[in-house]
Amino acid sequence: MHLILFLFFGGICVAGAVNLLVQRHPINSALSLVVVMASLAGEYLLLGAEFVAAIQVIVYAGAIMVLFIFTIMLLNAGEEERSKGSRVAILLGIPGVAIGGVLVAWTLLRHSNTAWVPMFALPGDPRAIARLLFRDFLLPFEVTSVLILIAIMGAVVLASKPEAVAPPKAAEPTPREAPELVASGRER
Amino acid sequence: MTIPLSCYLILSGILFTCGVLGFLIKRNIITIFMSIELMLNGVNLSFVAFAAQWHALSGQIFVFFVMVVAAAEAAVGLAIIIAVYRTRETLNVDQVNLLKL
Repeated sequence: MHLILFLFFGGICVAGAVNLLVQRHPINSALSLVVVMASLAGEYLLLGAEFVAAIQVIVYAGAIMVLFIFTIMLLNAGEEERSKGSRVAILLGIPGVAIGGVLVAWTLLRHSNTAWVPMFALPGDPRAIARLLFRDFLLPFEVTSVLILIAIMGAVVLASKPEAVAPPKAAEPTPREAPELVASGRER
Repeated sequence: MTIPLSCYLILSGILFTCGVLGFLIKRNIITIFMSIELMLNGVNLSFVAFAAQWHALSGQIFVFFVMVVAAAEAAVGLAIIIAVYRTRETLNVDQVNLLKL
């Protein structure tokens, strides 16, 4: 049962990830990324990390992806143009990726055969996580909150209109009032 | 009722590889950014799998920190994308090849 659920969610996950690569329109990629995150939440549930699963759905699939989709719609992003890739990169890259993947998978399967992850292995309830987060990891937690604050300010500064960030030092005088000032400003 | 740890790690590796691939082959700057999120998700899966393996709850705490950093990164990155679009009128990374305007 566990294996069937793992394969089900994992299949959806990989399908979404591949679909993200195949689709040419960014909104389709964003929606397939939502699918990937939702099925990853299912995997977390299988591992017994129910709080992480909830946060995954709320923060990742909810907040961050809404931000992405909002930006795509705000910028009216169309389909991406095709560009010429180099033939050598394709010829060497695809077999290289295949060989590398097979090597990694073979090594993992070979050397971690004895490790089995039991179902619902973790005490992943919010109480245990909160105890750890607010006692042992209190300093990183506070530093993270400062990071979030900086990110908010950076986002506001970067996304605001340039005039609002740096107002022009001296307003350009109208030519009627001071034509010589305008001329000197143009020269500079 | 158990799954080998390697299955989770392979799934995580597949997700990370898809992220790297998208980062390399995609041309749209927003899609490239989404590929980075995909890579972070793959890493999160291996964090949770190892936490379940070693019965260490701190692995999940790291997942929270990764999520917070991803949220901050998404906010700042999308703001940068908006600024780039405002100045260059394009989202194609091939055309954004100069720091100077």
